[in-house]
Amino acid sequence: MSEPLLIDLSKKGRKAYCFPPLDLPRGFEQALPSLPQNLVRQKDARLPEVAELDVVRHFTRLSNLVHGVDNGMYPLGSCTMKYNPKLSEHIAGMHEFTQIHPLQDVSTSQGCLSVMYNLLEDLSSITGMSWGTLQPCAGAHGEYTGLKMIRSYLVKKGQSQRTKVLIPISAHGTNPASAAVNGFDVVPIASDGEGMVDLEDLASKLDESTAALMLTNPNTLGLFEKNILKISEMVHASGALLYYDGANLNAIMGMATPGEMGFDVIHLNLHKTFSTPHGGGGPGSGPVMCSDALRPFLPKPDIELTDSGYVYRWDEEDSIGKVSLFWGNFLVLLRAYVYILRMGSEGIRAAARHAVLNANYVAARLEPAFPIPYGKRCMHEFVLSCAHLKEQYGVSAQDVAKALIDEGYHPPTMYFPSLVSEALMIEPTESESLETLDAFVDTLLAIAERAKTDPESLKTAPHTTVVGRLDEVRAVKQPDLRY
Amino acid sequence: MVYPYIPHTDEDRKHMLKAIGVDSLGQLFDGLGEDLLLADSVPISHGRTEDEVQRMIDSIAQRNVRGIPFLGCGCYDHIIPATVKALSSLPSFVTAYTPYQAEMSQGLLQAIYEFQSMVCEITGLDVANASLYDGANAASEAASLMIGAKRKATTVLVSETLHPFTLQVLKTWAKGTEHTIKLIAEKDGVVDLSGLASLLDDLCAGLIVQSPNRYGLLEDYTDVASLLHEKGCLFAISNDPLSLAIQKSPAEWGADIGIGDTQSLGLSLAFGGPSCGYMAVKEALLRRIPGRIVGATVDGQGRRGYTLTLQAREQHIKRERATSNVCSNQALAALMTTIHLSSLGWGGMVEAANQSYAKAHYLAYHLAQLPGITLIWDKPFWCEFPLVFSDAKRMRKFLQELRNEGIFAGVRLSALTRQVRDELVLLVAVTEKRSREELEMYLAAARRVMK
Repeated sequence: MSEPLLIDLSKKGRKAYCFPPLDLPRGFEQALPSLPQNLVRQKDARLPEVAELDVVRHFTRLSNLVHGVDNGMYPLGSCTMKYNPKLSEHIAGMHEFTQIHPLQDVSTSQGCLSVMYNLLEDLSSITGMSWGTLQPCAGAHGEYTGLKMIRSYLVKKGQSQRTKVLIPISAHGTNPASAAVNGFDVVPIASDGEGMVDLEDLASKLDESTAALMLTNPNTLGLFEKNILKISEMVHASGALLYYDGANLNAIMGMATPGEMGFDVIHLNLHKTFSTPHGGGGPGSGPVMCSDALRPFLPKPDIELTDSGYVYRWDEEDSIGKVSLFWGNFLVLLRAYVYILRMGSEGIRAAARHAVLNANYVAARLEPAFPIPYGKRCMHEFVLSCAHLKEQYGVSAQDVAKALIDEGYHPPTMYFPSLVSEALMIEPTESESLETLDAFVDTLLAIAERAKTDPESLKTAPHTTVVGRLDEVRAVKQPDLRY
Repeated sequence: MVYPYIPHTDEDRKHMLKAIGVDSLGQLFDGLGEDLLLADSVPISHGRTEDEVQRMIDSIAQRNVRGIPFLGCGCYDHIIPATVKALSSLPSFVTAYTPYQAEMSQGLLQAIYEFQSMVCEITGLDVANASLYDGANAASEAASLMIGAKRKATTVLVSETLHPFTLQVLKTWAKGTEHTIKLIAEKDGVVDLSGLASLLDDLCAGLIVQSPNRYGLLEDYTDVASLLHEKGCLFAISNDPLSLAIQKSPAEWGADIGIGDTQSLGLSLAFGGPSCGYMAVKEALLRRIPGRIVGATVDGQGRRGYTLTLQAREQHIKRERATSNVCSNQALAALMTTIHLSSLGWGGMVEAANQSYAKAHYLAYHLAQLPGITLIWDKPFWCEFPLVFSDAKRMRKFLQELRNEGIFAGVRLSALTRQVRDELVLLVAVTEKRSREELEMYLAAARRVMK
């Protein structure tokens, strides 16, 4: 059943919340100067006027029209939709954290600072990097921050002519966008026949104008860049830096580190790898970690542990400055810290191993029905192709995805990376059990069968949802963006 | 071995390894090569049980001290109805991702549509996005938008009265690029726009101002929009959105862009994050607004539905030609604001804003009577005001005395600006949540010190 807009249930005079009456001395209230007329708002805003139960039912019904990890499997590739522990939610709701003001005296916020400091220490250990910042609010925000640091570092070294950032064509769209908004020129790097960085192409594009190479490893095909040490050597030999997009860190966490691979600056996605909930599209957190050489360029303030406790450090002259209003998405940082405490050194390693186990198992079972063009083994995710279904029965990757919705699964990432035609990128994560994976595989195999026998039912899927496929063209041509 | 949040049994692992055709979990990582595979686990602590973690966190939490906050500067302690936490904690809202698959995300998409609508209503502007990281990043996105909207423009004029941290974020934004931030000085606590006309050249993309500004003062933007528009420049106003219940909206000042942070609308202090940036623009800038946008449309059977739309603007389509790299941002925080506003209604918003105004003026009026404290400027303010102390010693004593009473008396401006000249300035914020009793406690303690 569809849900009306709350504004359409409005009735004048109805209230969902009552404020206590203003209890200032009557004489003061009467003498209170009003705002100068010139500054006073003229027009009322239209907001819902409803009862509390109306609010409760409205948002509860809306939540019933959303699929989250708590509802069922969510194998959205490169997004690491793992289980979000209830413990983390509970702790993130504690008043001792939610009611602390960001600017209260540091002597009264040592608990928050200790969480942030210890989280930075743990993230440094896990990634093999020197230190970092927790300010960025998302992965793309981390890229923005990391590239800004690289720019400042190069300028400081007198190498401001290094204006090119090399990015593999299979990279996430945020990589080139982040480079461009920082004033870099983006140079795409080709993939070789195995889906790896094409070393010849890389060599031909590395020169004294190269600032950095941005890499996701494992890459978006779910494959480990086996030449990473060679790549690192080539990049550094040319005087450029190596940037790590941590979107896929879950595959190698505790098994290997970006630091050992030679990366100079990296960003993490705490909402992927460290199990903080995705919240329907944020708030996430995108900490940036770096090598010793880049450390002076981290955003301000840094946190330092002194004899008198944790303090902010504002005095680093080379710092790029602030990137967020305050210190970052603290409640997200807290959840990630809880996850690391709970998992420990063995646990995070186990998470990576089982994420890779799950992906390889699903890949092995699906391969007879769906070709996986790149890689015999995958890491935490893999990309299969529906091109044969499209060719033979007219059933596209999108049709397969939409049919999955009817079976209670969130579809995989579709049509990305573009190296694979009719691509579905599947990342099961370590959270899913053998039984869930088997049921998911059986469903996909049945859909592949149905492509032969009843393709129409797939092309018109989903059938069980509150709406079917939406008219996207109309949404663009006749924008209806507000009530 | 049993690990938290990993459901596999030994039997499962054996079965799965066999299906894959390898002998061990380790073998799956052969591709990393011996040079990279860590011999030992990384040097962090061992895992803990749920109970152990809770105890550990409880002891860390005790190192935070809660006071009665008269603290503001971009983060305010307003009343939040119980509906906000209860409904925003519903598991499918919390554990979903960006609504790429519209058919199974209608609830989330509709909630964002309602958020966009409310932001448009409050700012008076035509189109709003699904949120941005925070108010400071909304300002730098506004700067990018302005630069992108005017050919050859490289400079954005920015009022010196913006939140000091927002200014820092804008300076970072310009760093290493061809963009320039040009500061417009303040006079008597508000931005001085008397010389604006002479700054509007071909290189100037627009102006960003803030009200209430860094001191809590309300600014007057009479004739600013027309002056900017004559020279092809855009006008952006950053607001605390709750203040817009009583002060002129960006649209009423003729602005093109309204930005800010919805922290004051349903988000807890949370040590400053998550909060939630917003941006609304005039229709003409529809295709330049950054971030996600949800639109309503119909399905094949004519049923109304919601979907992410106008995506041709975004990084995953445009890649290096995109003018913003924003991908997902603060959806759950935006949901909290939507629930908050749904609960308050316009009447409730006006009530909260008016009560904050009255209580702030009550405290300010009585503090200003005390020797050694001055309300710096005689300018209109809303819920936050700047005091200047006659000397540093008494200021420290004042803060300490109130601390002893469990009151956080205000934010020292120098904590944000790191400027010596700001060391005697205290910013005091009073919201509708502060009871009469708390106000009298504050005053009583203040009178004891400042006699």
